[in-house]
Amino acid sequence: MNPIYFDNNATTACDPAVVEAMLPFFTEQFGNASSIHSFGNQVGLAIKAARSQIQQLLGAEHDSEIIFTAGGTESDNTAILSALKAQPERNQIITTVVEHHAILTLCEQLEKDGYVVHKLRVDKRGRIDMDEYKALLSDRVAIVSAMWANNESGTIFPVEEMAEYANAMGVQFHTDAVQAVGKIPIDLKRTKIDMLSVSGHKLHAPKGIGVLYLRRGTRYRPLMRGGQQERGRRPGTENAPAIIGLGKASELALAHIDIENSDVRYLRDKLERGILAQVPNAFPTGDLSCRLPNTSSIAFEYVEGEAILLLLNKLGIAASSGSACTSGSLEPSHVMRAMGIPYTAAHGTIRFSLSRYNTLEEVERVITAVPPIIAQLRQISPYWNPVKNCPADQAFAPAYA
Amino acid sequence: MWDYTEKVKEHFFNPRNAGPLEGANASGDVGSIQCGDALRLMLKVEPETEIILDASFQTFGCGSAIASSSALTEIIKGMTLDEALKVSNQNIADFLDGLPPEKMHCSVMGREALQAAIANYRGEEWVDDHEEGELICKCYAIDSALIESVVRENKLTTLEQVTHYTKAGGACASCHEKIEGVLEKILASQCEAPAISKPAEEAVAPLAAGEKPKLTNIQRMRKIEEIIESVRPMLQRDHGDIEIVDIVGKNIYVNLKGACMGCALEAATLGSIQQKLFEELGEYVRLLPASQLEMAR
Repeated sequence: MNPIYFDNNATTACDPAVVEAMLPFFTEQFGNASSIHSFGNQVGLAIKAARSQIQQLLGAEHDSEIIFTAGGTESDNTAILSALKAQPERNQIITTVVEHHAILTLCEQLEKDGYVVHKLRVDKRGRIDMDEYKALLSDRVAIVSAMWANNESGTIFPVEEMAEYANAMGVQFHTDAVQAVGKIPIDLKRTKIDMLSVSGHKLHAPKGIGVLYLRRGTRYRPLMRGGQQERGRRPGTENAPAIIGLGKASELALAHIDIENSDVRYLRDKLERGILAQVPNAFPTGDLSCRLPNTSSIAFEYVEGEAILLLLNKLGIAASSGSACTSGSLEPSHVMRAMGIPYTAAHGTIRFSLSRYNTLEEVERVITAVPPIIAQLRQISPYWNPVKNCPADQAFAPAYA
Repeated sequence: MWDYTEKVKEHFFNPRNAGPLEGANASGDVGSIQCGDALRLMLKVEPETEIILDASFQTFGCGSAIASSSALTEIIKGMTLDEALKVSNQNIADFLDGLPPEKMHCSVMGREALQAAIANYRGEEWVDDHEEGELICKCYAIDSALIESVVRENKLTTLEQVTHYTKAGGACASCHEKIEGVLEKILASQCEAPAISKPAEEAVAPLAAGEKPKLTNIQRMRKIEEIIESVRPMLQRDHGDIEIVDIVGKNIYVNLKGACMGCALEAATLGSIQQKLFEELGEYVRLLPASQLEMAR
């Protein structure tokens, strides 16, 4: 049976057309874009075309606002560190509790270095409080960084509105948009967003390539110093094959953006409804009225995520979990905890993230596969009564280490 | 994906003794706050002999938590309660051909459930005395709680000392920043300036010329033997061992035995023992595998 890949928020398959576009740049088109000869010139022109393709996808006003980086993490780090360096008189950062580790771990380090970090809390649907946000904006704040869409729950933050308020207070605004780009329409020239991070491998381009969008006129300091590549803003010889791949992937993403919001959304909704109709004590997490069209995060109470994933994997189904035990760090998902999801449900959170390459047949197979797995694990859960097939009457209250 | 052994996978996919136990007369409920896992162990104990006739478990947890629970019930069936109390978490891990370092706490939870169930049977109150912290050293599975308590008890101030006392950071070295973080936190709470590099000089200080009386050859050999003897329990805990083969000038030739043999951390083990010899003898010596003795001759 063909494997089913429902983990597209983790990474995506490279589109075959993307691979095809890249291949010549490993072999005959190997030149250094900075060289004067035709080997270099051809690569330079191809990079220019790729820059224009990603510019179109983001709706950026100028192609020089696109800086190629090695990925989302580099873009996030560059944005925040640039804002601090370029505005030494400002020592505060506003972000949210549900950001990606690329932001949160950096902010923890910056706190140690003496910066003040404000983390906006979220409600049980993963939404921030706009009044709390507005109250924090001041001339001491160097940058606001809020993700466009959450990788775990799919919840979309009102970043365009947030950017307006920041801009009115003269505060730089950055958004980590790695989950949003290619899934929802974006038109940066109509916003006040100053910086935005893109990761190639989340939109069917290869790994190791990303973009930092930098609005023209935004005060900026590069992370590294070196040659004149990317106009000195991100020195280092261009990763030409990956840049060209990202260009092609951006063109394809723009062409399919409607499909993401019609066909992919339909499959996601069908999957979520199909599972919830059959499994008791399960609920979707996040802001259901405002989330990515491809993401469904379902909390299955009284069972643990890794165990679910291992059993799904045995059936050739790939998904991911907010469970502690799948993260490598044993830390339970900070996103689920921030939304106040109880321990016994947060650990059983499974994220299904689809792409335009998934099919109705795959969705139906997963709907059939999930209920028996949950039932099987509940049979051996101390929180469950296997005889009556319902949560245990007497609350299980273990002694905790 | 975790690097689970076949045995772990087997016990996860086909858990033994899962579900409530008919006629159970003891049960232990424990959980790990660190990862949120929880386990109920149920025992059927024969009152006259205290033999565990049957055991079962219910587990809310990951693959290795379920496999550890399954392994535990298989290990203890047929044992007396006193025998069962001697089962360590390492026994559970060994039964499963090992667990990833991040998952060793699953086996700890198994052992605690066992202690809790036996206490329950005997009408005693069971108090959990072990603490769990963030996993710091992945090579030796050492967490922050252990490092903190060792640092406080022994008044440690440097990274090198933490490595000598706990092994943490002794292999791949990528956790050194985290260990320093733990140290800094404790030293700050004790209102002492973190002395990350300074005490390293103290450690070297005993080496200063003339401070140590020169040993006779016999005294020196005995001293070396004594030092090697002192590290053996540490190696034996990991199912390894060490023996001295010969001492030729500055070169001390040893055989690593058991699990130490061919271990990926062999060089690190030799390195840390060499460091200990260096500090206690007050002279530079090299610790070499006996296989190099041939070449030396």
